Order: sequence, then structure tokens, then C-alpha cells
Amino acid sequence: MAEVNLSAALAALADNERQIQIEAKDIRELFRKLEERYPGLEPVLKNDVAVAIDGVIYRDNWSKELPDDAEIFLMRRLTGG
Amino acid sequence: MSFDAKYKAQDYNSVGTRPVRPDGVDKVTGRARYGADFNMPGQLVGRVLRSPHAHARIVSIDTSGAERLKGVKAVVTAADLPDLTNGDQTLFDILDNCMARSKAFYDGHAVAAVAAVDAKTAREALKRIEVEYEVLPHVIDVDEAVKPSAPVLRDDVFTGGVEPKPQTPSNIANRSEFGHGDVDEGFAEADVIVERSFRTEQTHQGYIEPHACVASMNPDGTADMWVCTQGHFVYRQNCADLLGLDVSKLRVTSSEIGGGFGGKTHVWMEPVALALSRKAGRPVKIVMSRNEVFRASGPTSATSIDVKIGAKKDGTITAAQATLRYSCGPYEDIWGEFGAKTSFACYGLKNVKSVGYEVLVNRPKAAAYRAPSAPMAAFAVESTIDELAQKIGLDSIEFRIKNAAKEGTRSSYGPVYGPIGIGPTLEAAQNHPHMKAPLGKNQGRGMACGFWFNFGGQTCTDLNIGSDGTATLAVGTVDVGGARASLSLVAAEELGIPYENVRAVVADTASLGYNDMTDGSRGTFSSSMATISAARNAVKVLRERAALTWDIPVEDVIWEDGCAKATDKKHGNLPPLTIADIAETAGKTGGPIAGHSELVADGAGVSFATHICDVEVDPETGATKILRYTVIQDAGKAVHPDYVEGQYQGGAAQGIGWALNEEYIYGEDGRLQNPGFLDYRIPVCSDLPMIDTQILEIPNPNHPYGVRGVGETSIVPPLAAIANAVSNAAGVRMTHIPMSPPRILAALEGESEG
Amino acid sequence: MSAIAVSTTINGDEVEFLCQAEETLLDVLRERLGLTGAKEGCGTGDCGACSVMVDGRLVCACLVLGAEAEGRSIETIEGMANGDELHPLQTKFLEHAALQCGVCTPGFLVAAKALLDANPDPTEEEIRFWLAGNLCRCTGYDKIVRAVQDAAQELRGS
Repeated sequence: MAEVNLSAALAALADNERQIQIEAKDIRELFRKLEERYPGLEPVLKNDVAVAIDGVIYRDNWSKELPDDAEIFLMRRLTGG
Repeated sequence: MSFDAKYKAQDYNSVGTRPVRPDGVDKVTGRARYGADFNMPGQLVGRVLRSPHAHARIVSIDTSGAERLKGVKAVVTAADLPDLTNGDQTLFDILDNCMARSKAFYDGHAVAAVAAVDAKTAREALKRIEVEYEVLPHVIDVDEAVKPSAPVLRDDVFTGGVEPKPQTPSNIANRSEFGHGDVDEGFAEADVIVERSFRTEQTHQGYIEPHACVASMNPDGTADMWVCTQGHFVYRQNCADLLGLDVSKLRVTSSEIGGGFGGKTHVWMEPVALALSRKAGRPVKIVMSRNEVFRASGPTSATSIDVKIGAKKDGTITAAQATLRYSCGPYEDIWGEFGAKTSFACYGLKNVKSVGYEVLVNRPKAAAYRAPSAPMAAFAVESTIDELAQKIGLDSIEFRIKNAAKEGTRSSYGPVYGPIGIGPTLEAAQNHPHMKAPLGKNQGRGMACGFWFNFGGQTCTDLNIGSDGTATLAVGTVDVGGARASLSLVAAEELGIPYENVRAVVADTASLGYNDMTDGSRGTFSSSMATISAARNAVKVLRERAALTWDIPVEDVIWEDGCAKATDKKHGNLPPLTIADIAETAGKTGGPIAGHSELVADGAGVSFATHICDVEVDPETGATKILRYTVIQDAGKAVHPDYVEGQYQGGAAQGIGWALNEEYIYGEDGRLQNPGFLDYRIPVCSDLPMIDTQILEIPNPNHPYGVRGVGETSIVPPLAAIANAVSNAAGVRMTHIPMSPPRILAALEGESEG
Repeated sequence: MSAIAVSTTINGDEVEFLCQAEETLLDVLRERLGLTGAKEGCGTGDCGACSVMVDGRLVCACLVLGAEAEGRSIETIEGMANGDELHPLQTKFLEHAALQCGVCTPGFLVAAKALLDANPDPTEEEIRFWLAGNLCRCTGYDKIVRAVQDAAQELRGS
């Protein structure tokens, strides 16, 4: 069971929940379950969200596994210069 | 996709050496072809007509006069670039920025364009286009724009991120908030609190090469584009989306790029060139003038930032808070959010809150500029940190070390940090001889830390072995500063062949799968990962071919020093097969030998730097001279140390210009008054000292060689480091960037009066 | 539209071209003669990317009219190497990694050569002030100055 933290902007699309308990083996499954629970998240999860797993930010690799007890943080996807 | 990117310690033969870059001779002989150095048969000259008004409704455009002029082959307006964005606001904003639709939002906003047989005719044609404007009140200043009395740019923008949802449009496009704990409680615990407001002015990336492209569109729907860009695959996608083309039918070739720094990450006049070519039926070349580059491309945000930090007498920070207002130009973006995220990222804080606002103003659409948004936030926070240390009576480095983020610290932007490198850069600074060097009269020393997120992303690479055992490497990330050299070193390392036997090229969009652009410090991080993967795939094939040649199981063949070697004793004394031996007979063992890789290079990891700077301030003129400058930054592993140093030095120099001189100056009429290098003064050779660098190598666990992106972080600390140095030299706290001579003089006078 | 006929010498070769009165030398070099080594970074003489020599004098080609080339001797980056033998400045720029994007490099090389032709042993300050008319946005100038110093030393030694 992973504890998923949402940034304020994302929480607004998820019934204002900042912390959600979800069982998921990787980012793909996490997103699928989040979408099922909070349909409002669907459009942003597709392209606008990055996932920090224990402090390391993943933007694209949805196959990244979520280790047990990992700290998961969803934030807006970033770009650089 | 099963590539294992985990770091593994190893000895290197090629990586870490400093050979001459493969594109070097072309660049010192003038043969290298940049955006404007390419021509196509029958090509026309494209020119863009730009709004002279900061804010105006476009009532009508009459192009008939231009169309009647002999030699004019096409005239386009927004009508020729219809909205195909299908509700995608980001894409629509790019379209509207390329060619204004109902309103011109800034001085320089494109309103029409022509293609003609020569430049003279094109210029004349622009004069014959009649645009009727209804001039509207404008707002340039970020603090003015948030006032209720300010003219509202857009009636379709309502502040996001606030509850309840506003009912009236606003120039504040979005609010974002980060942090944890309770700052009010934290400030109540503090013995000393420093609270200040800061401003930074808008700067331009200042790449020496103006935007340039040649576009050719055929009646059958195929099209070609030659363009200077940080990401030709991204430009292809942008252009295909905006013009309704099949992605694969548009081939984009990236020219050599004369600097980008974030300014060449999305399209400007490229879709316009395609639209002109479509209408004229001939290739069209558009090269921006420097005036256009300043007025209509690039710049970063102007900002207004309030910071409050409290600490106990023992030096523990109890609370930190920032409100950051970033100008976006006329379109919503996430620059204030970046500022809010990065502002306190260097520190471990119990109570922290940062709020970012995206502010719409009548300035050009802001683009990323090297670690976008972080330098301004660092300026405000690191200035406050320094002042707080002084008030408590602690050394500025010690104070920072005491409060530095560590492994396990909850970052101010949310996640908990893994192993990170802020501590080592601070300790290196503390031990650096620069910190102990004597200072003279009117001189001061400053230091500051900086943070940036680095990125990886989608990457695709091909490695082909030639019939003589040499290798060509085709990468899809644009080489902005020596990447082909670094990636050749990586290929040579993996294959076990000399660096000189690898030729790296940047392939066009028809030759490789999609690649994200060279931004987010990702070029070397992600393309080296893909190169390692491609090379290992090629080695697998080489081993199979050797096994076939020897007629032994492939498991008994290893790859070492550029040769296949049989391991098992039962194979007797089979002499090693070199890569050239295997390549020579490839046609008889299964055909060409290649390794391919497509991957998502994620896990780039965050990046930190600490800078030290000495300045001398002339109390008579207010002029500041940089006397000495030191950059300390973690590179994970420096693949080609020369170009890592180059990134450190270049970022520092850009930061020095931003800190001391560079700013967009607008008149009362909302027009940019300094759109040229004479009046927008970037640092010249005589402004700077040598810039010392110290490369730390703390391996990144998520890259096979431990590589970390290095391109951007170096621009984050300079504004603050120089502001701290100037404040120490002049005895006044500088809160407005750039610290130009008039501002320093005014501060000195204010001090003597007060 | 009456074109002007111009006879000039470029990198030692006699060249004839036609140009319009308003065309700059930079326009002519780049658009008419295919010599695209000189770059247009600003068009106003502020960046030095179009540095060339006219009768032994360092100029910005964007500030000279094409017609003014009549009877003069012009040297550009394309003429700097002796066949396939690079000039020591070119070699040192490569060895010192004195370029990142490289778009300012031709201008820097032409300007640096003009300096070393006139002053074979410049101080760091003299190098920095001489090259102050050439803008580089990538390098912070550190490696450029070092390359010029090293090339000067080599040229003095030979």
C-alpha cells in the first residue's frame, strides 16, 4: 500500500484529498487507479503530471515500479531551458 | 526498454578525457552551417509585420497593397493559420503568439507576414500592409498588473488555484502554493526575522544567433524544414499540429545552433514560414533581426518577490515564507510556480510556505531561460538568508550548512530528498582558498547556493558499425555545447575503440524516433544513457557474429578492449576478433551490425551548486567590477570535463550580466526601448575575470556512469552571490536586479541620507 | 534597380560581383558569394560575429557596404587556414574548448588574429579589451582568453 501525496493543484481535482492510500505496483497502475477513483484527474494524469518516488522525479517512465513504503508525490510536470 | 540504468562503479578509458570535439574544425573554419546558412532552390525571403502597440485590438488588416506589389508571392495573416488546436490552450497560445488573432498583446507581436523574391521587396511589401488598430490601455509592470485598477489583458482568463473560482477575469492567471508545517508558529519561535521585498527585471537569453528557418511545403502534403532549434522533434510536432500536417510527412533538420538557453524550445516564426511556403508554393526563408529577437522572442519573467525568514539565535531557521509574482507575457505559464517550487529547495525547513502567481502583462511571451524561474527566487531567498546570518552573527556558509537539506529532508516543494549534493558543495566552498583570500577597500565577497530540477525524457539513438570497424552514432538531441564529443566518448568507452573512430551526428526527424529537446539539462544525461544502451545492443550482435565465425556458443564470447574473445579453455587459443575483423565479414554473418536504443531516461535527480564571488564597487560611479568568481557544482560524472567547465562558466557569466546590467526597458508607450546589443548590454570579455570551476563527482545512482545534468544550475546562484558581494562591499542591501550603477548610487545615497 | 559592379580581392583571390547600393559587405559575402562563415548576430556592429579584415583593418562586415569593397583586400574566416593546415589560433580554440555553440567563433578568430598580428605578446587585459567587441553568450570568455594566450605563445615561439 503506497501513500500518495498530491500537490494542492492536483488535490483540487481529487475531492481535496492531499494523501491517498493506493495499492499499485508501478506508475501506470497508480494512475489507472487514481483515474478510477477521481475522474477529474484523468486529463492531467495523461500529460501534465510527474511522479516523485523517494525524492527522484519521474516524468515519463510509467513502468517505474513503486517500492514498498516509498514516498510518492505527484506534482505538475516541469520543463527546463 | 529493459535497459538497466543503475550506476555501476568502473574505470574509464575514454570518459573523463578532453579530446577535440568532432564538429570543431567546421566551426573554426566557418564551414559549420547554422540556421541562416542554408538555402533552397527557388527560395523566397519571408518577413514578419509586427505590432508597434503594446496592447491593441486588430480591427482590420488590408493586405491587397502588398499582394499587388511585383515580386510578392504570398501574404499571410492569422486567417492563413486557422485554429486547429482543438481546445489545447497551450498550443493555442503558441499559435496566437506566432500570429496575433483578435489582439496584439505586446510591442513586436506578429500580425502578418510576406514572402517575396528578395529582401528589398519583402520590406516594401510590409509597408503596404494596412492594419487598423484600436489601441488599448496596457500594463507592463508585474506589480501594476496585479492591481484591481490595471487594464485586463484577457477576458477569458480567471485566476486558477483559488477557491471559490473567481467570476471576473484577472491578470493573475494562476496561484500555486507549496510547503509544509505552520509558518506562523515558526515565526513565533524565531529570535530574529528578516523580511524584504525584491524585484528582478526581464532579461533575454541573448543567444548570438537569431532565429532562422527555411521551410518548404509541397502540394502533396510533404514538407521540409531547416531550423535552429533546441528540439527539432518538438518543432515538428508544434508545426504539424498548427498547420494540420501529418507528423511523419514533415521532416525537420536541426542546423548547428548558435545558442538557445531555453529560447529555442518552442516555435516562433517557423509555422509562419510553412504557411507562407504553402501559399506561395516555394521554399521560404525567415531570419529574425536582432530587434525582432528582443521584441518578440525569448525573454524570461520580470519578478516581484517578498521573502520572510526567521531563525533562532543558534542559527536554526524556524520558518520561511515567500510570495512570488512572475510575469508571463500575455499567456498563462508556470513560471511563478517554478519560482515557488525552487525558492527554498536548498534548505531543510520545519515550516515553509511559498506562493507563486502567474501574472499576465503586455510583454512578449516568456520562455524558459536556463533553470527557468530559479535564479530570481534564489536571489530573493539567498539575499535574505545572508542578511539573517549577519544579524545572528553567524558566518554565511556555516549558517547555510546548519540549515542545508540532507537525505531524508522533506523538500519545500513536497517530496523527501534521497542522497543530494548541497552539503558537499557548501563544504567545498568553505574549504576553498577563495573564501580566505584578502579583500581590499570597496571590495566585498558574497556566496550563494542554487537548486534546479534536472530532467531526462524520451530518447532514441542509433549506432551503426562501419565495414572497417568504425562507428557512427546518430542522436536526436540537439548539440548545444559539445554533446557530440561527450557522446562519442561514451560510444568509444562501450565499444572499446578509440574516440577518433566514432562519428556522432544529430539526425533529422525522419531518421530517428522521437526525442525530447535539449532542455532541462537533459542532453548528455539522457543521450549518453541511450548511447550506452545502443552500444551494448551492438556489442551483443558483435559477440553473436564472433560466435558464428568461431562456431561456438555466444555465452562463451566476451567483449573486451574492442575485441571478441573466447573465454572457455576448450576453444583453445582462438585469437581475439577485433571489431574491424567482425565488421569486415558482417555481410556473410547476417548483414550490417547496429545497435538501437529507445528509452525514457528518467531519474535525472536534482542538482545543486554553490558560487563565491568578489566584487569591487566604485562609490563615485556605482559601477561594479567582478574581481574573482568560483563555481562549485556536482556533475555526477564529467564525461568531457572541458564542456562541463564551459557550462559552469557560461551560466555564471549569464548570471553576472543579469545581476549587473541586463534588463528590458520599456517606455511609457509600452514599447521596448533597448532591443539591441548596444543598449541591452550582455557581459563582454573585458567585464569578466577568469571563472574558476570545481567539479564535484558524486555519482547519480540512476545513470550507468553516474552522470548528472549540468547545463542549467550554474545560472541559479550568481544573482544572489553578486548581490551579497555588492551588499558586503557597499554596505547597503541591494534588492533590485540588475544592480546597475544608477541603482547602486541611489542605494548608497539613500544610506547616507538615512 | 541598377546594380553596382565591384572588383575586389577576397582571401587573396580576385572576385567580381554585382550588388545593390544598400547591400552590406556581410550581405554580399553571405548571400552572393557563399561565404557564410561571417555571421549576422545583430546587424548593427555590436556583436562582432561578422568580423572581417578590410585592407588590414578589423571591421564589422555589417557596417560596410558591399560597394565599398571596390579595390580593397578582404580577409574572412574562410581564408584563415593555410589549405588543410589550421592557423594556430584555430588549433588552440579547439584544444582549449574555447567554443560551445561556435556561432561567435569565426568573429573571435578574425579579431584575435588581428590582435596577434599587431601585438604578439598581449597581456590578459589587452586581450580582453581587444575582444570586447565580440560577444559570446556560451563560454564566459575564460577558455577563449586562454586559447588566445596559448596561441600567442606558440606563434612567438615559432
